[in-house]
Formats: sequence, C-alpha cells, structure tokens
Amino acid sequence: MSEAPPSPASAPAPESDPGREPKLADGQEDVRHPIVVEGLCNAFGDHVIHEDLSLTVNKGEIIGVVGGSGTGKSVLMRSIIGLQVPQAGKITVLGRDITAAQDDDDIDIRSRWGVLFQGGALFSTLTVAENIEVPLKEFYPEIAPALLDEIARFKVMLSGLPENAAAKYPSELSGGMKKRAGLARSLALDPELLFLDEPTAGLDPIGADAFDRLILELKETLGLTVFLITHDLDTLHAICDRVAVLADRKVIAVGTIPELLASDHPWIQEYFNGPRGRAALEAKDTPHHDAAAPAIEDDADDDERAPMAPDEQDR
Amino acid sequence: MPGMRQRPDFSTDDDADGGTRVALTGPLIVARIGDIDKRLRALAGPVATIDLSGLTAIDTVGAWVVWRLARDNDAQLTGASDEATRLIDAVSESKGTSRLTPERPPALTRALATLGETVIGWGQGTLAGLGFLGQVILAVRDVVREPRRFRGKALIHQMELVGVNSLGIIAMMSFLVGIVIAQQGAVQLQQFGAEILTVNLTGRIALRELGILMTAIMVAGRSGSAFAAQIGTMKLTEEIDAMRTIGVSPMVALVLPRVLAAVLMMPLLGFVAALIAIVGGATISVMTLDIPFFTFLRRIQEVVPQRDLWVGVLKAPVFGLIVALTGCHQGMQVSGNSEEVGTRTTQAVVQAIFTVIVLDAFFAVFFSKIGWI
Repeated sequence: MSEAPPSPASAPAPESDPGREPKLADGQEDVRHPIVVEGLCNAFGDHVIHEDLSLTVNKGEIIGVVGGSGTGKSVLMRSIIGLQVPQAGKITVLGRDITAAQDDDDIDIRSRWGVLFQGGALFSTLTVAENIEVPLKEFYPEIAPALLDEIARFKVMLSGLPENAAAKYPSELSGGMKKRAGLARSLALDPELLFLDEPTAGLDPIGADAFDRLILELKETLGLTVFLITHDLDTLHAICDRVAVLADRKVIAVGTIPELLASDHPWIQEYFNGPRGRAALEAKDTPHHDAAAPAIEDDADDDERAPMAPDEQDR
Repeated sequence: MPGMRQRPDFSTDDDADGGTRVALTGPLIVARIGDIDKRLRALAGPVATIDLSGLTAIDTVGAWVVWRLARDNDAQLTGASDEATRLIDAVSESKGTSRLTPERPPALTRALATLGETVIGWGQGTLAGLGFLGQVILAVRDVVREPRRFRGKALIHQMELVGVNSLGIIAMMSFLVGIVIAQQGAVQLQQFGAEILTVNLTGRIALRELGILMTAIMVAGRSGSAFAAQIGTMKLTEEIDAMRTIGVSPMVALVLPRVLAAVLMMPLLGFVAALIAIVGGATISVMTLDIPFFTFLRRIQEVVPQRDLWVGVLKAPVFGLIVALTGCHQGMQVSGNSEEVGTRTTQAVVQAIFTVIVLDAFFAVFFSKIGWI
C-alpha cells in the first residue's frame, strides 16, 4: 500500500466509524486533523530550537518526522504530548489546546494517546503484564482484575511478543522485545493517536523490518494515527504515508517521498539522495520488501536493507 | 457525540432456535467496559448467539469481551460491523492462558535459599574484597615500577574532595559529639563528686575512639558512596572498558588515587575531629561545670597520654583504606542497569561502616592487650 501513498490533499480519509471518534463535550474537535501545531516556538536559553513551526497531521495516517540531529524532533513530540511547555504557539491535539492545559486537568486526553519512548521506558520493577495494566488501572479502576489480566495477555500478543514474555521483567528482555513491550503498554488504552520516538533505532535490520510491519498492521487494524520520529530511511519508505522534514527551526516540507524528492532543498536532496537514501529506495523496490510481506522468517535473508547508521549520528 | 456518554448494555431473549440470544448495545470500549464485563461474566446459562448490531463503538477490549463470551459459550456472532470483525480477529489469537507472574518457589524454599545465598555472599564478598585489595597492591607495584603512570593530579583532586571539602561537616559533627560526651559524662561523674574526670573522659575518648570512628562513618557516607556511584556510572557508560582498551588501567587511574586520598586524609581528618571534640567538651564544661576553657585544655595535656593520640592516628589510615576499597570495589561490580548503581552505593556504605566498627572493636582489644591502655 505504501507503493502509492495518497497525496496530502486527498490524504487518508478518516476512519468511517463515528463511534471510534469520541468528541469532547465542547464539540470543537477537528476530526480530520488530530494534531495541529501552529506557530510553535521552543528555545532553551539562547538556543532556539523551533521558530514559527507549523504541522498538521491527518487522521489515520502514519506521519514520519525526520531531520538532522538537534533539529528538535523529540522536542516537537514532547511539546505535542505536553511534556515541554513551548515559548509560543498553539498545539491542538484531538481538539484540545495542549499549551493551555494544566499539568493534570487534561487527563481524559491522555487516555486517548499512547507514547513509545526511545528506550521503551518500561517500569523496571514491574513485569511486562503489570506495565500494561498500569495505565488501565490508573484510568479505569472499575475494571475487574480478571479482565485486566486478559487485556494484558492479548496486548502482549498484539504487539508481537511471545505470550510468556508477559511474566518477564524488562531487564530480562532484549532491546527489540523491550520496544514491543513498550508498544504494548502504549496501546493499553486503545488510543487513537500513537507517538513513536525512533522505534527502530538500535534494532537489527530484521527486527526493524518486523517492527515496521507491526506498526503498519496495528495502524490498519486499530485505525491509529501514528506520529513517528525516525532516522530509518527504510521505515520512511515502508510505512509512512507522509514525511515531515524538520530543518532551519521549522517544518520545511511535508509530503509523500516522491513529493519531497521533487523539492530542491539541499538537506532533503542530501537526505533522500545520499547513498543510504538510494539504498533504501532500491531496497523498497525489490518485490519481497512489499509492505504486506509476512512473518520475520521470510526476511531472514534480507541483506539489502541499508545499515541503520543514521541514528549513530545522533549519539 | 451523545453515544459516548451512553453506557454499553445488553439484553437477553430467545432466538428462533430456542437458544439464548444476547444483544449488545452502546459503546463497548475500554472506558465503559468495567461494569458490563462483570455482568457478562455473571451471565447464567449457555448463550447461542451474540448480536452486535446495536453497538455504537468497539475497541480491542470490547472485542476481547465479546470474543471471550462467544468462546466460552460456543456462541455465534451476528451483526458484527467490519471493524468489529477485524478487531475480534486480531484479539482472538490470544489464548488467554499464559501466566502473568514469574514462577516463584514456595515461601519456605525461598527463605532458605535467601539465607543460603546471604551466607555464601558474605564468604564470596570477603574473598572478592581481599582480591580487590590484591589488585590495588598490584597497581601500587605497577606505579612504583613506572612512576610516570601515577595520576598526581587525580590524587590531589581526590584529597581535596575527601579531605578539605569535608572539614566543615566533620568539625561541626565533632564539636557536637564533644559536647555530648562531656555533658553526659559530667552528669554521671557528679554523682561521685568526680566531675573533674570529665576532662579525662572527653580527652581520651575523643582521641582514642570517637574522633576517628565518627570521621570514618562520615567519610564512608560522603566519599565511599561517591566512589561507588562515580565508578559504577562509569562502568555503565562503558568508560571503564574504554580506558582498558586504550591501555589505561582503571585500577591505577581511578582506584589508586581514591584509595590513597582516603588513606592519607583519614588521619588528618580524625585528628582534627578529635581536637574539635575536645574544644566542644571544653565549651560545655565552661557552661555547666565552671571549669575555665584553658584550664580544661591544660588538664587534657596532663591526663591524656600521648599514646591515645597514636592509637587514634594508627587506626585512621586503616579505616580510610576500608572505606575507599569498599566504595571502589562496589562501584567496579556495577553491571546491567542504573538501579544497580543505587544498590551498590548502599552496599558500599553499609559494608564500610560495618567493617570499620568490627575493626575498631578488634583494635580496642588489641591495644589493651599490648598494654597501650
């Protein structure tokens, strides 16, 4: 499906199920655009990260956010989920003005998004199952313990972990499994919005491929809108409907990869037409890289994937 | 949307074939599931069909509840929307039987195992500690052979951190300890009319025992913990490994300066502590015993044998060695995650203080046996 991503204009039609789109009482919600960032400014001391940055995310799309190191991709995500208070600008998430919200009074909005942090950010003293149950217990204390356990089990399964991983502590999991467990926790509340901060960084190419497919599958099954920060060119090609490029303190371009390739901005050209960019594009064109490709084992011979070096520059 | 304010519900009736039909209505989503889940669990009797056509919304949790009901009753699903079908398909792969808690042996077994592990841990810890002392001695040998490898600057820096920077807190603590000894001693000795012996008590106990012991405890809490945390963090960030690969011995570069700094600074700090404790005792004596300040100090000279000073000063470097060794050793043992830095730091302080007190008891017996009373 990613062969011909829809253009931004005709961008993914909202999931045609009104029931999945609970509106806030004030009825102000822009159903087609769950995230709207306008005129965002962020600065740490004299160091300006964002200046008049604007970005609109369409419902039901996977938007990839790319940019060089230090262009403030993570800061943008943290601003959108309310962890970072911007100097100026307006951020509307699911119809709620995040910048105006106080720390705790936007509680109902927090139950409608899930966040996967870079390292998974699992609570290390809890098992995977307990990690998944934390948000459920927090928001819906009336759910019976038996149902909590059942939910934990099927979320573990949905995130592609073996069922016995539910009883394990984070320290007993590999890096890739931690990410999946973190994903399972971020999906605990059946969110409409999923934020992923470099989900494939540090994974081997096979694991990264499998994770990409998992995200795509979940997006299609659960009707998610995904905000995805990545350095992984293969991820961009494989699953992103649109890509937003951060440079010069703002979003300099948003669009499908072919649209971005048409841009003459030097950074974009270098990014997508550099050796890695080309390798990723070629890899994507080989048939078995079709986004619908099935299980991990089928890709075991996959060595055409570009190495994951881009994220090394970030260290 | 008004639907979201509704609660999910269900009704039961008989279907055409005489089986029970459950019709679900409203939004079957995680935010509204708690109550209906309990009622569906309590539903008596077999269910033949489940009608989903009345649902206004469904998510994976709702899908799971529907699927569980269908599975447990072997029921047919009717009226499912595309979305419901898709979600039910997705969750139905979960068998719902895997265990969620790690396997744990029975309590008695666990208690015994913990006891055994603790005992073995003590033995191994002692051995490993001695091994670490050996490594430090080897590092000293390396440095003696090749003096240019010695980190003079690091030593001075550590001496400042361990010694100079802790002077304030140690002085404050010793002054208060001196006050307590003199005041409590005076209360007891007054009963015999022997309050003048308060001077002997304060002087001897400060120089021989408490000055050094309290200093060692303070240094353990202040510097021993810092050693463990610093070295432990460097271990986690692979700085120690990086040092090794470029031919710098962490024992020489990190451990030796810290151990030497503690060994060198402890006698000085202990001496200062003892003196200030005496000053504290003298101060309180002025107020409660009417012994003039300088009379108190002159009297100290007369009644405290010089040997008491040597007892204290001889113990100090040993305590410093213990504190620095445990701190560095625990730091070097950090592996895995940041939680371990915390555990190891705690262990470093606890072990150091415990060993120091055990050794102090040993020294007390030793010095009296050789007649240094």
